[in-house]
Amino acid sequence: MSAPLLAVEPLLAVEAATKRFGGLTAVDAASLTVERGSITGLIGPNGAGKTTLFTLISGFERPSAGRILFEGADIAGLPPHERARRGIARTFQIVQPFAGLTVRENIAVGAHLRLRDRDAALAEAERVAALVGLAERLDAPASGLTVAGRKRLELARALATRPVLLLLDEVLAGLNPSEVRDIVPVVRAIRDGGVTILMVEHVMQAVMSLCDTVHVLAQGRIIAAGPPAVVTANPIVIEAYLGHGAAKRLARGGVHG
Amino acid sequence: MSGSGRLAAYGPILAVAAALAMVPLLTGSNTVLNAMVTALLIGLAGQGWNILGGYGGQFSFGHAAFFGTGAYATAILQARYGVNAWAAFAAAVALGSLAGLVIGFLSFRSGLRGSYFALVTLAFAEVFRIIANATPITGAAAGTLIRLDVRPENFQFASRAVFYWIVLALVVAVLILTRMIERNRFGAWLVAIRENEDAARALGVDTLAVKLQAIGLSAAITAAAGAFYAQYFLFVDSSIAYGTWISVEALLVPIIGGLGTVFGPLVGALALHGLAEVTRLVAGRIPGIDLALYGTLLVLVVAFAPQGFQGLVRRLGAGLGMARR
Repeated sequence: MSAPLLAVEPLLAVEAATKRFGGLTAVDAASLTVERGSITGLIGPNGAGKTTLFTLISGFERPSAGRILFEGADIAGLPPHERARRGIARTFQIVQPFAGLTVRENIAVGAHLRLRDRDAALAEAERVAALVGLAERLDAPASGLTVAGRKRLELARALATRPVLLLLDEVLAGLNPSEVRDIVPVVRAIRDGGVTILMVEHVMQAVMSLCDTVHVLAQGRIIAAGPPAVVTANPIVIEAYLGHGAAKRLARGGVHG
Repeated sequence: MSGSGRLAAYGPILAVAAALAMVPLLTGSNTVLNAMVTALLIGLAGQGWNILGGYGGQFSFGHAAFFGTGAYATAILQARYGVNAWAAFAAAVALGSLAGLVIGFLSFRSGLRGSYFALVTLAFAEVFRIIANATPITGAAAGTLIRLDVRPENFQFASRAVFYWIVLALVVAVLILTRMIERNRFGAWLVAIRENEDAARALGVDTLAVKLQAIGLSAAITAAAGAFYAQYFLFVDSSIAYGTWISVEALLVPIIGGLGTVFGPLVGALALHGLAEVTRLVAGRIPGIDLALYGTLLVLVVAFAPQGFQGLVRRLGAGLGMARR
């Protein structure tokens, strides 16, 4: 831990964010930080509240309590389009293409956030499509893409808004292992291009290889945070995934446990 | 955009404008011209609807609210306040647009989409009709007459051809405007909202602002059709101005011609009214025959050509191309 005076302000800081839906507390005083230039993971068992926490950060839901600081300013009350303007882009876990439009037109909608001119936006769409490997499909209708293609399209559209922080909601879910291997370098290249990434992910192999830091959410609370190798060895985390006592059994039985 | 791209985009509009402008030179028949003026008038109302419904995906069942506001405003400003007819026309367009912004603000603000939005617009148009039928300023049930005084400065002409060219000019202006929207950022955002509103929001689209701009523009165009109607027939009452008929026609012509296309409303209006005139010739004046026809046509289009006549033509063209290969 560095001294407070030398500490760099994190790009994103979620402070005790809580979201209640009626009697259900989906996110319970969760806090996390995302350092500038990092790939930060958010993992946790199904129903832990990861997607809800994402919707709080992207602005589709307002937190019931807590603060969300982006570049030092509290953005908890801002609508999604205003957050996009400030540089927060998201993808959707359930892909949301503009089905009636071509790939090029889809991406251009994202590019229009920074570019008023239609031709400039269409040219930017071509550039971004090449980054995610969609250059061949520019004139295809979005409805004609495979699942992997639609995930790439989600990524491309978000990227076209020139985000500072990119929120990836399970971009690897539903892909086969070879498709995962193809897209992992794309994500890394985006970070190397200067975009900070916060990703919700279930594909642990990808999380281990991509993420600098991982936060673990279980039943709405952050139960652990740190480098992926440390976090996945944490007994609390193992129990959250596999049930009470699992960590002990694993330790006793070794790999055969 | 390159010169050739511009030609491909606007060339067909100019060609259609030139062809339609010839009509009064080819026929002196008042019946034909009258039918054409009516068809273009409905086409104009439909063009307005198409901006919001066809491009923005917000289906209004109450465009009569804007048509009627345009018609009443132009009539009342002239008949009661002695405003110049051309100035009244401009004011009517502005007031129609204002009505659109108010209705749009109230419904989009509260997040109404789909059938809920459609029902609210229908309700607004009906409320307007009932109020217009009961207030003294609109002439209540008796309606409002514009004094007959045939002079160009009064927007009144002895020849129907002049009216025809004016409404044609309005239609062509909106064709060009629609094409421009297709090719700019506002249009891209509007279509994005139609396709997927949440995805649009995530990409930084201020959906409320875009929808309000769309309904303001849409209402202004339909109000222009209403104002022209009042000027052409020199009379409005509540069942004409705010009647369900115009809400239905305004949405029917783009759906039949091709939703969210530049030429859709014009094609739909010409097809629909051409057919209605032919039926009248063949079947005589059976009351309600045109409505029965519209219904049949709508069912056929929705069932067999969901993208309207233009989609049908495109599909047939593609089919022929395939057959040739």
